[in-house]
Amino acid sequence: MAEFKEISPDASNGEKLLNWVDNRFPLSQLYKEHLSEYYAPKNFNFFYFFGALSILVLVIQIVTGIFLVMHYKPDAAVAFASVEYIMRDVPWGWLIRYMHSTGASAFFIVVYMHMFRGLIYGSYRKPRELVWIFGCAIFLCLMAEAFMGYLLPWGQMSYWGAQVIVNLFSAIPFIGPDLALLIRGDYVVGDATLNRFFSFHVIAVPLVLLGLVVAHIIALHEVGSNNPDGVEIKATKGPDGNPLDGIPFHPYYTIHDILGVSVFLLVFTSIIFFAPEVGGYFLEYNNFIPADPLKTPLHIAPVWYFTPYYSMLRATTDVMVNVLSIIAALSAVFVVLKTAMQSRGKVITVVGVAVLIVLLKTFDAKFWGVVVMGGAVVMLFFLPWLDHSPVKSIRYRPTWHKWLYAVFVVLFIVLGYLGIQPPSEIGTLIAQVGTIYYFGFFLLMPWWTQLGEFKQVPDRVTFAAH
Amino acid sequence: MSDTPMDSSKRTWLIASGCAGAIGGVATAIPFVSTFQPSERAKAAGAAVEVDISAIKPGEKLTVEWRGKPVWIVRRTPEQVAELSKIENELADPNSERKPGEITPVYAKNQARSIKPEIFVAVGICTHLGCSPGDKFVTGPQPSLPDNWPGGFLCPCHGSTFDMAGRVFKNKPAPDNLEVPPHMYLSDNKLLIGEDKSA
Repeated sequence: MAEFKEISPDASNGEKLLNWVDNRFPLSQLYKEHLSEYYAPKNFNFFYFFGALSILVLVIQIVTGIFLVMHYKPDAAVAFASVEYIMRDVPWGWLIRYMHSTGASAFFIVVYMHMFRGLIYGSYRKPRELVWIFGCAIFLCLMAEAFMGYLLPWGQMSYWGAQVIVNLFSAIPFIGPDLALLIRGDYVVGDATLNRFFSFHVIAVPLVLLGLVVAHIIALHEVGSNNPDGVEIKATKGPDGNPLDGIPFHPYYTIHDILGVSVFLLVFTSIIFFAPEVGGYFLEYNNFIPADPLKTPLHIAPVWYFTPYYSMLRATTDVMVNVLSIIAALSAVFVVLKTAMQSRGKVITVVGVAVLIVLLKTFDAKFWGVVVMGGAVVMLFFLPWLDHSPVKSIRYRPTWHKWLYAVFVVLFIVLGYLGIQPPSEIGTLIAQVGTIYYFGFFLLMPWWTQLGEFKQVPDRVTFAAH
Repeated sequence: MSDTPMDSSKRTWLIASGCAGAIGGVATAIPFVSTFQPSERAKAAGAAVEVDISAIKPGEKLTVEWRGKPVWIVRRTPEQVAELSKIENELADPNSERKPGEITPVYAKNQARSIKPEIFVAVGICTHLGCSPGDKFVTGPQPSLPDNWPGGFLCPCHGSTFDMAGRVFKNKPAPDNLEVPPHMYLSDNKLLIGEDKSA
């Protein structure tokens, strides 16, 4: 608790007002801790725009969302028409709606870039594990938010997309069908589903999301930002007690981010004004047809930001389950023959793998598809403990590590592309390879991240003044 | 920790009131979670549907709505019926033995999965993730289908294929055959979907 501060009677009215507030609410203190005296590394590069941009998109989504709710009707009978009403009859309604729909895709672009930044510079490593975990939780919330929001226009893609995703839950053994019934509130996706998704989309999930964003930033400001060199700037402090390689967030990065915001808005508004559907990627053509529970469109696919995971779901066929069983068996053999583990550990491994293989063969491939899809996201939470590399940043890792990351990115994009396409045999095969690589990349991290010739990490960040 | 000795009776009461509070919290949550269940109105909407099938020509399909789901009625041609016995080794569950009583009613547990061989009735929802498969009655090679395609249904979502009796092909995402709903003939051309003689 701060002591009550008296201010000189000669101070200006503004200073007196601020002092009055500061004695009752830590306004100046918050401003200093999070803006004017929050020291961020001075060597931030291009990838560091995306954190600030995600806040901007969040604000855009909340503001446009508030205005859309004023005209939208969450009723299966009139929902589709009310969206068209916003587009045609509400003054400037089309602009607000396109901002919101483009904002959804923009949110994922920005967040994927933000996550990629964390991945290559080791921003999830000690002591930033919680920053990363809060971030992954935000990503999950964002997926829930996007999925439930997509049902609201009540078009064909909305309807059948929701039907497929809700049915994912019914693949869970024993409780699945009842769980799916609880989510839908009816035996098929219907009015009850639309109403509750509306409630989740506009109230429940955004509240959780905002709380998580605050937690993400508080955790970040507690430990300080990482940087492209992965050097802890707090280790080298100047005589004033501030990091020598740090600069106050305000004004340096606030001004810096204006550049990023300007470029972002240039692209964002171009899309809104000239290509709001982005060739069917941001707004799918089938969603301009009202939902018809009796007829699935001939080609259905989720919006692009879900397709990498959707591809993994589709890749999990009976053949894939057999391949996974063989991989599990081979890794058990490897552990028994080649590692120096105690015999008890080996027995536990063999029993564990045997149980896993029995389970793999017992439950349907459909269920394992859901497990693979969910596991691909949940695995991200464990990244801080999977990576055992002695250095944080990709800059000081062996060159072949960069190739592993490059292949990872390429396959992730390929998986995303395949998820948009209709199913095909060659596509499924490639998706299966991609899925195995994705999981291998993360699950084998404790092994491969330690291998190779690491470069010397400098004591101070590398930075050329400009 | 302070040096004051712990007052064990105070602690007991703290734990007791904490538990009481937790029970109250759970009890309050029950009505909230219960609202997620289907409402009485949704439950009541499941009445049976009567269909006149006289207008369906051989090789044609009629779709009706029952409990919000599409129900197909297909009048198969004699060639389509004959084809059913030739492809059994390509199917995952040719004799409808999985999940007895759930997917296929007893009276449809035969090769054609129907009461009358030519009339096929099924819920048009893929057992994978609930999309509605499309008609692919034309045989032979075509996109997304094998070259020896015998005619049937293709799910656009994840590529599961079913034969003309709604039986799923091997190694496809869908685990089960298409569901045959409870149904019965009121007369030669009147079909009641949603109820059968066992009910």
